[in-house]
Amino acid sequence: MNAARPALVEMRDISVAFGGIHAVDRASIDLYDGEVMALVGHNGAGKSTLIKILSGALRRDSGTIAIRGADATIANPRDAKTYGIETIYQTLALADNVDAAANLFLGRELRTRWGTLDDIAMEAQARNVMGRLNPHFQRFKDPVRALSGGQRQSVAIARAILFDARILIMDEPTAALGPQETAQVGDLIRKLKSDGIGIFLISHDIHDVFDLADRICVMKNGRVVGTARVGDVTKDDVLGMIILGACPPAAIPGPGAT
Amino acid sequence: MTVLARFVKATEIDVRLLGMVGALLLIWIAFHVLSGGLFLTPRNLWNLSVQSSSVAIMATGMVLVIVTRNIDLSIGSMLGFLGMVMGVIQTDLIPKFLGFEHPATWILTLAAGLVLGVVLGAFQGFVIAYLGIPAFIVTLGGLLVWRGAAWWVTSGQTVAPLDDTFKLMGGGPEGAIGAAWSWVAGVTACLAIVLLLAHRRSRRKAVRFPLRPMAAEVFLGGIACASILGAVEITNAYPWPIGAVRRYAEAHHVTLPDGGLFIAHGIAIPVLIAIGVGVAMTFLSTRTRFGRYVYAIGGNPEAAELAGVNTRWVIMKIFMLMGLLAAIAGAVSIARLDAATNSEGTLAELLVIAAAVIGGTSLSGGIGTVAGAMLGAVLMQSLQSGMVLLGVDTPLQSIVVGAVLVIAVGLDTVYRHKAQ
Repeated sequence: MNAARPALVEMRDISVAFGGIHAVDRASIDLYDGEVMALVGHNGAGKSTLIKILSGALRRDSGTIAIRGADATIANPRDAKTYGIETIYQTLALADNVDAAANLFLGRELRTRWGTLDDIAMEAQARNVMGRLNPHFQRFKDPVRALSGGQRQSVAIARAILFDARILIMDEPTAALGPQETAQVGDLIRKLKSDGIGIFLISHDIHDVFDLADRICVMKNGRVVGTARVGDVTKDDVLGMIILGACPPAAIPGPGAT
Repeated sequence: MTVLARFVKATEIDVRLLGMVGALLLIWIAFHVLSGGLFLTPRNLWNLSVQSSSVAIMATGMVLVIVTRNIDLSIGSMLGFLGMVMGVIQTDLIPKFLGFEHPATWILTLAAGLVLGVVLGAFQGFVIAYLGIPAFIVTLGGLLVWRGAAWWVTSGQTVAPLDDTFKLMGGGPEGAIGAAWSWVAGVTACLAIVLLLAHRRSRRKAVRFPLRPMAAEVFLGGIACASILGAVEITNAYPWPIGAVRRYAEAHHVTLPDGGLFIAHGIAIPVLIAIGVGVAMTFLSTRTRFGRYVYAIGGNPEAAELAGVNTRWVIMKIFMLMGLLAAIAGAVSIARLDAATNSEGTLAELLVIAAAVIGGTSLSGGIGTVAGAMLGAVLMQSLQSGMVLLGVDTPLQSIVVGAVLVIAVGLDTVYRHKAQ
């Protein structure tokens, strides 16, 4: 990490409440270029909610977001994309009734000089990017509904990396995948990282996290328990943070530490 | 796979659409036999095409409404209201400034109707998309409001007769383009299809995508051209009735020969309008961003929103489009009747929804084609005219149409279930 350069993303004191429940409470998190920041915690710990604020899917009640040190206004997913923030949602967020290319370019369709959809150009680029991610993928004419879980995942990932993302959010990217495909996603994350892309990785799998991440941020009941460099803590430390909210000395404690 | 199944697959034809065409032909043949040869005549088919136009025009928009998991129950009333307004504009308002039968009357009237249609649609669309009130409720309200408004325009009085040029939009002997122009239109359409197929093939070749076998391309183009030219031939085989021929002869100072004079109808103007609308809507729904968004929203509204699609604006635009189509259908309806009445279009919304659904539009969203909905409109109209030809009582007609709707959707559901 280059201390002279401002953080790629800096979210400060973010709070969101649904009804009376604080889904996210004064959470702060940052991310640097070429870094993988893992976000872990139980179901309902507020990881997905926090990240949806960055991707524009949810509005925050309070707190600030800075991209490269400058205040960012993110009111909807379109705003997020203009900052180069791409998201792979846990639900994949694919339109099941249209084909892979239509999903890849949804909201950013290529057009011919008459303003009509350039399906052939989109399919050509889709074949190109899918060929890199999943060389066996051939079903470009079928609606996404007809694809397997792994194939659907590749479509969701391809969509995120197709448009030169600077910041990538991956919410449980390997949840639907077999071991071989999971390894492929791991390779992809390392490659994107070496390209200088900052990645937020939300995962349940503590092994994946230790394998891929540079830093870990643990959340519990909507609050950040602590943030630590992967090398400074053990898996047991992290489990203690997740389950008990106990922050080990090597981690920087957050508002949720007991 | 059998040879036939392989060939059908190679043509990339939608099997469901093929099934619908088959069902339509079956119904036609059945009515033809039962009526003792009255159904498949140029006269009946020509009338059928004119009668289907208004519902077919609105069904093209209803597809998009239903694809996005909405519904529009207000279009029948909206058609009635817009029809009344267009009636008053051309018989009351414009003559005050330009006199009766001014050549610009029809276009001014139509333009005013279209603008008003878009405004009404925009209003309903805004309430649905931005205020979040369900389309079912908003358009159910619209059904009552616009019908009441239609009465209010003239306190219930029928407006007639209409401007002579405007009337051409409704069909009739003068409201058809005649034999020569029908051939011109038919041949132009054939050329367009051949060029389209060739263009598509060359573009796919340029990027080395898999191509359809040449035989399949020729077969598709051949079938399409043959159907178009066949339809032109049929409309040209339907002569003007003797009364119209006599009036024409008097007006043009021609002496009628002994055997009468054969003047062909050709394609009716309302049918041309419907086909034009169908082509435009097909283009809109398959070749533009707007159409892509409509289907994506129907497939997964949340995903479309997360992908950065402005879903509310798209929904509002769909209802604006629906208002526009209701205005076109309203113009066709009142022109055909040569009168604007406040009950025009009553229950039309249900026929339009039925046409879209029979045409393969899924009420759970995401699926449906403009061509299918138009075929659905023709199918519904065929049932109705066929039963009239057979002298079936009106109550029984309703029972049959209702049963067919349920059975058609039932079969479709079974088919989709199997296909998955």
